[in-house]
Parts: sequence; C-alpha cells; structure tokens
Amino acid sequence: MATHVSKMARREAFEGYLFILPWILGYILFRFGPLLASLYLSLTNYDGSGLPKFVGFENYQYLFTQDPRIIDSIRATFQFVGGFLPLSLVIGLTIAILMNQKVRGILTFRGIYYLPAVTTGVAVSLLWLFVFNKQFGVLNAILSWFGIAKIGWLVDQNWVMVSFILMALWGVGGTMIVYLAGLQAIPTELTESATIDGANTIQRFFHITLPLLTPTILFNLVTGLIGAFQTFETSYIMTSGGPNYRTFFFGLNIYLTSFRSLQFGYASTIAWILFILIASLTLFVMSTSRRWVYYAGEK
Amino acid sequence: MTITQKASPASSSKHEIKTSRIGVKWSHRIRVTLVYLVLIAGAIVLMIPFFWMLSTSLKTIDEVQTWPIQWIPSRLVWTNYLDVFVKIPFARFLSNSVVLSTGGIIGSLVSSSIVGFGFARLRFPGRNFLFFVMLTTLMLPTWVVIIPHFIMFNAIGWTDTYLPIIVPSFFGNAFFIFLFRQFFMGIPRELEDAARIDGCNTFRIFLQIFMPMSKPIIATVSIFAFFYYWNDLIYPLVYLRSQLNFPVSLGMRMFQTQNPGVVDYPRLMACAMMTLLPCVILFFSFQRLYIQGVVVTGVEK
Repeated sequence: MATHVSKMARREAFEGYLFILPWILGYILFRFGPLLASLYLSLTNYDGSGLPKFVGFENYQYLFTQDPRIIDSIRATFQFVGGFLPLSLVIGLTIAILMNQKVRGILTFRGIYYLPAVTTGVAVSLLWLFVFNKQFGVLNAILSWFGIAKIGWLVDQNWVMVSFILMALWGVGGTMIVYLAGLQAIPTELTESATIDGANTIQRFFHITLPLLTPTILFNLVTGLIGAFQTFETSYIMTSGGPNYRTFFFGLNIYLTSFRSLQFGYASTIAWILFILIASLTLFVMSTSRRWVYYAGEK
Repeated sequence: MTITQKASPASSSKHEIKTSRIGVKWSHRIRVTLVYLVLIAGAIVLMIPFFWMLSTSLKTIDEVQTWPIQWIPSRLVWTNYLDVFVKIPFARFLSNSVVLSTGGIIGSLVSSSIVGFGFARLRFPGRNFLFFVMLTTLMLPTWVVIIPHFIMFNAIGWTDTYLPIIVPSFFGNAFFIFLFRQFFMGIPRELEDAARIDGCNTFRIFLQIFMPMSKPIIATVSIFAFFYYWNDLIYPLVYLRSQLNFPVSLGMRMFQTQNPGVVDYPRLMACAMMTLLPCVILFFSFQRLYIQGVVVTGVEK
C-alpha cells in the first residue's frame, strides 16, 4: 500500500464527498436523526404540547402486555403478508413465463399487465372500494352470473383480508416485470443444450430456469416484504381499519395513534416495533438466501 | 427447418425429437394458442376495474345504485366531469398536485444525479460502505421517521406548506441514486479521461458530458418520481391543513367523506379517471424506458 496518498487521489476523495454531500446531509436530517429521535420518543409520553416526558419502558410494556390493538395490527399485517407474498411470487412468475413465450403482441400484453402496478393511490383505492361494494359492485355482479350470493368484501370480517390480498394481487405486474428481466437474462444456450440432451420442459424448468432465477425471486421477496408490511393507504381509505379492526395494519395504527390521538410517544413505540419486525425479517431472508440463491457468474 | 437427427444413443433420452414437420407445428400451435388464451383472459380480468371506473364515471347516481348492475351507461353523463370542478375545487387540487410533483421531480433529479455520480465515478474512502448504508435506508419504514419529521417541520412553521415534501427531495432518494449510479457506471472511462486531459473539472464533466448522455435515466427517474409525488397521500395528509392546499389525493379523500353515509361514486370515479389519466398516458408513452429502469434495478441487485 502506498505510504502517501497522491494529491490527485486526495482531490478525488474530497470531490467524492462533496458530490454525495446532499445525501449525507439528508441521511442525517431525515433518516438517521429521526430514527434516533423516534427511539427516544418511544420512551416518552409526548403528546405534542410541552416537552416529552421520559417514561422508560412503560410504552413497550403496555404494547407487549395490554394493548389489544397491537394484536389486531400483528394479525392484520401478518395475514396480509402471508397471503399476498407467496401468491404474488408464484403468480408473477407464472405470468412472466407465459409472457416469455415468443408470441405476437407481447409488448401490448406486458403493458396491460404492468399498468395496474403503476396506478396507485387514492384513486385506485376508491375504485376498489366500489368494485368491492356489496350491493352494487362489479365483483358481486360477476359472481351472480355463477349463482354465488353477494359477498360483503369489505364489511364481512371473514372476507376483508381476502379482498385486500386480491386488490394487491391486481398489481402483480410489478413482480412480473422483474421476473421477465431475469428470465430474459438466462442464456438460451443452456436451455437448448438441455433439450438436446433430452430434458423435458419440467426438468428444464426446475434444473435450469428456477435456479438461475433465484436472485430475482430474492429481490421480489425482499421488496414485496418491505412494501407489504407498510400497508396504510388502502386501509385508511377503504375500511378505516375495520370491520372490527380486521384491517388495522401497523401503518394505520401508527397514523391514528400519532396524528389523531396525539400519542406521539406511544406511536413511536409501535413504529419501532414495526421497524424491528421489517429489519429482522429482511435480515433473516438475506441470511438464509445464501443457501438457496444461486449466483451465476461473479461480479 | 426440420430437425432430422435423432437423439444419440449415448444420451438416456426417453424423449424423441419429433422428426415430422406436421408434428412440430401442431404441438407448437396448441401451446401458443393456450398461452394466448390464458394471457388474454388475464388481461381482460385485469382491465375490468378500469372499465368499471370509466363506466361508473358516466352514470347518474341512481344508475349506479341499481341491481343487476348496468355495465354500460344508458346515457353518457359527461357532465359528471364538469360537476366535479364545481362541487369541489378540483382544478385547484390538480394544480396543487402539479406544483408538488414538479418540485419533487426537480429535487429528485438534481440531487440523485449528483449523488449517483459521486458513488459511480469518484473514489473515496468508505464509498462502498456508504453506498450499502444508503441501500439499507430502503428498509426504513416511513412510519418510524415521520413523527420526528412532523415535529421538526412543525417547529419551524412549515406545516400546511409543500416545503416538508419538496425540500427533502433535494437531498437524494435511495432508489433514484441507485438508478443513476448504475447508469453512470456504464459510461466508458475514456470519455471522462479525455475530458480531464482537456482540463475539465469534475463538475463540468458531470454536467456537460454525463448528464446529456443520461436522457433515458432522466426520463425514467422523472416518471417514477412523478408517479410517487402525484399519487402520494401520506405526506400531504400529515402536513396539509387548508383545503385549498390539498393535492388531488387529499382532495378525493375529502370528496369521499364530504357527506357522511353517501358516496357520490360517479363523480368520484370521474375524479379518479382524471387523476389517473396523466399516469396512464405517461406510462404508455414511455413504457419501454420505464420498464428498462425497473429491469436495471431487478437484475443488477
């Protein structure tokens, strides 16, 4: 190693720091700083007026032993993630494989399937609010063709999570697009030589395609996980956490606790629990990924 | 072209490559048709909600509350779209959203390109570590930082303005920085070296060489940023108080809850149509570019 750093290298390093300065400042101001601040807040009972009063682990104690709404949040969030994530991974892959067949008009199809994934927001939530409408919604109308009675998609406790998962799956084009990229990155020579050696479609899929797709699956899994845990808008607009707190996701819980009930301290506690949940799950997935993800070729 | 060779005896294949022309063509045909059918069926299912949105927006409230439902309105009630501008200050909401989105896009482009360039082309101690740290912020839920954000912005009097939303965009966004960095890393070093020999300083290289070459990524980031700021609900919900400052997201929410117990679905769907229209147009115009941007992230990760 050089015993002195050349002037040019020092200059370049200085410029490097200068260029990333906006991000560094932003990280301190809007990420790391607030993260620490909310950790502190989680140990207080700050209600917006005056100064935060330190209460130690009281909030955490309440959360773990007494708060009924936390059970609702955990149930809602985990039900949603557990139902949505596997389905989105599998369905996204299936559609991507279908799309990857060389058929005409593939670009149009790709656009149509991907469009719902990029339309988000209040407009879409309101649309689905009406789609799921028990009396006059289009979904029940279609069911009536098959003689199925009307379902209270958003008002029946037993169906509301199904509705949320269905609505989220409408945007499966997002995972599909990433899968398509992964599929198209697989060299055709591999599958061709396997065919010549006598492998059938199933064998080709499980021994070539799927292993080479594991990085893509990992990406979709992690991004899907992080996104699904933060569900807020749909429950805020469509069900306000009901019926009977069945859709009282963490995000909604935190929002209402902080900005409606003005319990900023306790809301921060809930937020930190959410953060720890997301972080540990992500780290867990990443660490087990070593065992099942196959990286073809070094970087 | 016919594959005339049979599988070699050396390989243990129970699968004989079809040698007859007709055989190959038919099995291929059947497969393609099946794929088509499934894809078309799926596409129809996916498009039903959009169709329903359009159809509802052109009905009267009575027509919407009938059973069995009316798929196609008996009369196209275009006045719903006009009513929306009268019943709520929708024009104001739209222009607010435009302001918000423009600010957010500019901030994102300016900061993310600069930071992305730094990570991509300049060497400094801790570069990889800092880049990794940046990526981990993607794991940070909005909720764990938004309360301190609010307290901070409230303390300096920025509530009910767009500043808490636009100003942070000038400090970089992890996803956009990532996109720029990947893109910049793909630009050949020779260009940079040639410019340096000519005496260009780093910032000029960034501005006058890299940026003009980055039109695809600028377009991609702009579109992503537009989708984000145009449709965002959380930040406007937290910071904005006066109705006249509402963007369309908040405006539609207000319209939804205006009359308790009654939801004016036709006009609400008209709002939704108008809100989503720019997104749909942008999407189809730049589909290739946009999908390319997503692909870069997915594959490179």
